[in-house]
Amino acid sequence: MSTPGENPPIRYYLLRILFAGIVILSCTWVLLPIIISILYAFSTPQDFYSPKMIIPLHYTLSNIQKLLALGAAKATMNSIIVAVMTVIFSFALGLPAGYAFARFAFKGKDSLKLLIIGLRMFPMLVIAVPLVTLYIRLGLNDTLLGVALAHTTMALPFVILITSSIFVSVPIELEEAGYVFGLDRKQTFLRITLPLALPGLTAAAIFTFIMSWNEVFMAAVLTLTNRTLPAFILTSAMAAPDIIKFAASFIMILPALIFVFIARKYLISMWGITVK
Amino acid sequence: MVDVKLRGLVKRFGKTVALRGIDLDIRDGEFIVLLGPSGCGKTTTLRIIAGLEKPDEGRVLFGEKDVTYLPPKDRNVSMVFQSYAVWPHMKVRDNIAFPLKIRGVPQEEIDKRVKWAAELLQIDELLDRYPHQLSGGQRQRVAVARAIVIEPDVLLMDEPLSNLDALLRVKMRSELKKLQRRIGVTTIYVTHDQVEAMTMGDRIAVMNAGKIQQVGTPEEIYLKPANTFVAGFVGSPQMNFFDATVRLDGEKLLDAGEFTISLSDDLAAALKDYNNKTVIVGIRPEYMYPRELAPKNMVGPMIKGVIDFVEALGSDTIIHLKVGNKHLVIKLSGSHHYRIGEELVVVFSLDKLHIFDKNTGRAII
Repeated sequence: MSTPGENPPIRYYLLRILFAGIVILSCTWVLLPIIISILYAFSTPQDFYSPKMIIPLHYTLSNIQKLLALGAAKATMNSIIVAVMTVIFSFALGLPAGYAFARFAFKGKDSLKLLIIGLRMFPMLVIAVPLVTLYIRLGLNDTLLGVALAHTTMALPFVILITSSIFVSVPIELEEAGYVFGLDRKQTFLRITLPLALPGLTAAAIFTFIMSWNEVFMAAVLTLTNRTLPAFILTSAMAAPDIIKFAASFIMILPALIFVFIARKYLISMWGITVK
Repeated sequence: MVDVKLRGLVKRFGKTVALRGIDLDIRDGEFIVLLGPSGCGKTTTLRIIAGLEKPDEGRVLFGEKDVTYLPPKDRNVSMVFQSYAVWPHMKVRDNIAFPLKIRGVPQEEIDKRVKWAAELLQIDELLDRYPHQLSGGQRQRVAVARAIVIEPDVLLMDEPLSNLDALLRVKMRSELKKLQRRIGVTTIYVTHDQVEAMTMGDRIAVMNAGKIQQVGTPEEIYLKPANTFVAGFVGSPQMNFFDATVRLDGEKLLDAGEFTISLSDDLAAALKDYNNKTVIVGIRPEYMYPRELAPKNMVGPMIKGVIDFVEALGSDTIIHLKVGNKHLVIKLSGSHHYRIGEELVVVFSLDKLHIFDKNTGRAII
């Protein structure tokens, strides 16, 4: 390339500018809508509707309060309950399955894995109507448990595959050392494997939470009075003025934002990069 | 401390048979090395002794106690893993103390024993660090400290030095051996490195293809290999092998085609069942000398050949000699000047000759 003391060729600068340009463009693409939503969610109606103002200067909590009064408070609570249940159910079922996939060799392991991924092939649209009929028969329609179970089926393949790759990243010798130095299987799992897998598992749990939090279709189909937040926004808040929609979008993205700030470090370990 | 007996161990993984009947008696306080190429079953044997695998057939006895189906935690064994397996979420101190904590040893005693082990392995200054802050050699020491702190009946080591750099490996070799002498624990050490086996083992069990080929002191293994596998596996460069026909009718000799080796009466007597049959002859490279460098009182067969290649290693000179279609390797200590293409006459002593049955590979003498 260039020797020290000599100016690098012009092409180098052009590439740098191009690179910086792409980075700026991508960041703007992602961040601008988020920033605008947040600003408008808190802006006063005067500023929001003023044709002269792009960036509002006066802020208020009234939009959020109005939205909550409309029923968003209950919907948010419902969403949290559903998401927590989804995490609990999908981990109760998925964690042992993931561990088994990671640690044991058994017949049909690969086919079973494929089958689990295959579950995600069916569009929810296709099973929605039969599911509603089934739920009515079981008395699960319009219940939070029903939504949580539906979300669990959606999250379970993800949980199984992700936890399995997290457990694979914990070297088996560490567990064997546990056995040799006096632990049984259960103790080894609790005292060796789990602490080492915890960062990844936490990330996976939060990810599952967000998945349930964001899911709108099943929630809208399966509930009528017990709406979760996205279902509520879809059916009720979308009829409200624009400024309320911004408030709604702010509430929707809040958990995801918090999640990314907390978990970005662990997200890497979730995707199967070895625990060092 | 305890002696270990293996009785007819067989282990299959699906269709592959990893162990085909392992019998071995390991004495109390002995340092035994399981030596063999990868896939020979040495690690499987170790894991069965540890309790990490269950054999399909056979038994493992610690003293008089049958431990074959006991879980590892009830065997009072320790293990040093190839990857060290030091728990990354615990400080060095906790790693070493952990096995004691599980056993419910009082805290005061734990502190004392951790200190003892850490000082023995010179890691007492690293106790408050996490494993990721240590070098490979230090992590290895932690693994060993953790293994000895519980005063195990049997200490198992699975290629513990293979991840260290060459210099450190040599240093740890002697340290581990000294440590074992000092605490006198029955030790079973798995390696594929013959130098490690020769330098560390009280006895060596050479394994191949799921069977023990020979058990003996390093000297016995080297001087009296039981079969062609052991003869070829131990020693560097490898022992020279060539086929020869035994002729006992006229002049008693081994006929290798390109050359013949006259037999002494003792050798001829040992080979009396092999008249006119082909045997495998083996001679170690370090026991063959160019005629001019041979010890003065040495008498023995001579072979003439052409130098094909010379490896000058400084401390050793390795000569590759072509004798007709045969290829012989000669190892001389020190630096010598030989040119490729030169003719060379080598001489060796008859008592350094190994003769093996061509069909079974077993040593005849």
